[in-house]
Amino acid sequence: MQLDYLVSQFQKKDEKAFEKLYNMYNQSMHGVIFNIVRDHEIAEEIMQDVFIKAWEKADTYNASKGRFFTWLLNISRNAAIDKTRSKAFKKSGQNLNSDYFVDILHTKDNLNDQTDAIGIKKFVDKLADKCIKIIELLYFKGFTQKEASEELNMPIGTIKTRNRNCIKELRDSVL
Amino acid sequence: MDINSYISSGILELYVAGQLSEKENKDVYDLMLKHPEILQEVLQIEAALIKLSNSLAPDRPIDYELIKNHLTNTNSKVVTLNKTSKWITYSGWAAAVIVGAGLFWTLNQKQQLETDITTINTEKEFLEIQIEESRDKLAETKNLLNVIRDRNIIKVPLEGQAAFPNAYATVYWDESNDQVYLDLQGLPEPPEGKVYQVWSLILDPLTPTSLGTIDDFLQDDNKIFKLENANKSQAFGITLEPAGGSVSPTLEQLYTLGALAAN
Repeated sequence: MQLDYLVSQFQKKDEKAFEKLYNMYNQSMHGVIFNIVRDHEIAEEIMQDVFIKAWEKADTYNASKGRFFTWLLNISRNAAIDKTRSKAFKKSGQNLNSDYFVDILHTKDNLNDQTDAIGIKKFVDKLADKCIKIIELLYFKGFTQKEASEELNMPIGTIKTRNRNCIKELRDSVL
Repeated sequence: MDINSYISSGILELYVAGQLSEKENKDVYDLMLKHPEILQEVLQIEAALIKLSNSLAPDRPIDYELIKNHLTNTNSKVVTLNKTSKWITYSGWAAAVIVGAGLFWTLNQKQQLETDITTINTEKEFLEIQIEESRDKLAETKNLLNVIRDRNIIKVPLEGQAAFPNAYATVYWDESNDQVYLDLQGLPEPPEGKVYQVWSLILDPLTPTSLGTIDDFLQDDNKIFKLENANKSQAFGITLEPAGGSVSPTLEQLYTLGALAAN
């Protein structure tokens, strides 16, 4: 399979393979990071750091421990969250606690040429509030199931099935 | 195992979110390899999430070139870097060895020069001492010459006496300063435990007065000695006496004797 091959080449420090992986994932990581920091310059800075770090730590990735996407997602999330905890960032007066990814979609004005984004906007518009929150916490904020169940006042077993249904709806509207 | 109920349990969504334990991750991985339906499901979940997060990205994409410039140890570069670094390493060591050898040589030179300087300084000091001694001797000699030439000085030759006919001496008497200079060049070395004693004599009646003993006869180079003499001397004599001198001259040991020329 192509992805597996690219990843294994990347782990051998093949720059061509890395460039292909970058093209596959950079936009989504940019989205993940921006959703957390909500600042264009900071997001770009973190983005570069994340991919440079991924390159340097290439040999620490192991396919049996998870998806390559998940590995990148983890690095990106942690880097962005670390940033929001830094003194300099706190001083800038950003309050991110109440922000959800849907806000970004609503404030984006030029969705014209991004058909996926339009589909997603339609999806979130009819999506239940709980779904938005679950996806936000589990994928974009890195909450554990337990943390998410406490945050949302939901039994832990419900999180798993609710999340499954939410992702299913997402798949139906964007794939 | 029931693949469908496994898929619908929601574990795969958590797998993509990175919420499973290491063991659970390994289980999912193994099942994906065994069951294409599970792999397919995971790919679908992943694709949906990539699309969702793509839509959150700012409209300004970041060019790969920006990242590329910061990458180290790329495969293609490794070889050239290695070659360069090897060359740099060798030339670096070589330079270090040359510099080290140079330093060692310089240090040796410095120590040699320091030794030379010390030697030269010692020689210089030695020469300075010799010059100083020569000056002192010259001054002394000039002083003696002045004494001898002085017209007020009374010169009294002392002749060898019966027992010591070869002995002689000369007295230069500076009456105005009450001093006598004795040239004892013509006296033999006194035996151990004995010293020469110098006497001032008045002849009628014969009255000897001791002017002192010559204790450093052996050590003195020019054998010229200086003594006080406040007497109205008419003659001078020199006897050999036990060390420390005697109250009156031992006439058997009278070496030389001489009277002032009668005016």
